[in-house]
Amino acid sequence: MCSYITETASIVGSAKGPEGWVNVTSANVYFDHPYHAALDHALSIDFLSPDTNQRVAVELSAESARALVARILSALETGEKEHG
Amino acid sequence: MSYRGMIADMVSFKAHKGDTGEAYYARPSGQGPFPGVVLIHHMPGWDDWCMEATRKLAHFGFATIAPHLYFRHGPGTPDDLAAKARSAGGVYDDQVVGDVKGCMEFLRAQPESNGKIGVIGFCSGGRHTFLAACQLDGVDAAVDCWGGNVVVDDPSQLTPQRPVAPIDMTERLTAPLLGLFGNDDKNPSPEHVNTLEAKLKSLGKSYEFHRYDGAGHGFFAADRPGYRPEQAKDGWQKVINFFHKNLG
Repeated sequence: MCSYITETASIVGSAKGPEGWVNVTSANVYFDHPYHAALDHALSIDFLSPDTNQRVAVELSAESARALVARILSALETGEKEHG
Repeated sequence: MSYRGMIADMVSFKAHKGDTGEAYYARPSGQGPFPGVVLIHHMPGWDDWCMEATRKLAHFGFATIAPHLYFRHGPGTPDDLAAKARSAGGVYDDQVVGDVKGCMEFLRAQPESNGKIGVIGFCSGGRHTFLAACQLDGVDAAVDCWGGNVVVDDPSQLTPQRPVAPIDMTERLTAPLLGLFGNDDKNPSPEHVNTLEAKLKSLGKSYEFHRYDGAGHGFFAADRPGYRPEQAKDGWQKVINFFHKNLG
């Protein structure tokens, strides 16, 4: 069912969309029916750039989203050790 | 009767509060008269499947209009506008009902109309269909395909956009209702469907519910893992038969 439940995170960084790189300041995260992915439900993230009104979107399976979270945390841990 | 030819195009219609809405409109070729159907998309938006379903109904003889419920967030692609609508907490129920009313007026104004109007919706659109059928005059048949949150378990789920549990409007339902549900669905769960059916029965409403084993939510969607071909084929046939019976 369409849940409308959305988590929002303030973020600092950039994303590359159809018109090139943009600053992104927030991300909406939700697990619901995707628009494009061939999945019944997807973990969707919309990286938002209010300056340009652009959205960079991903739709991931639950399993791959969880794996990605683990890889992000792992990359942060090893990278921060490497770079101090 | 099955019509092989059709005309499909983008159209404008007078939406809620006089806004100019955009919609996809497909009708059988020929003079008619044809019954009309308003098709309400699910929350992910005005997507390709919604267009295919619109053409499917036209193929079976119904002049069908599918409004873009998120046009007010435009301009932009349907998926981007769906993201904006979601970010805003979804669309307001009264706005959707007003848009459906505008689509009904569009259909009745077409020279090929037979004057009869049905409404069908999927997922959140199923819920919107139930609301429209309870609030609008002139709905001759309504089809709720797995609309969730018609029954609201927890009043804290009510929001400014969705302030009333649709089941509480059941007394105002005048159109015959067809409901299609998957028994593996969590929202609406089989218990939700039973609760709604009990309400309809207690009020003496005309309804026809079909519950499918081995199917969950959205089992018509052929491009998703939840697609169930046997149940979907039977369900579509029930939709077509129901609309022909009630709309001509």
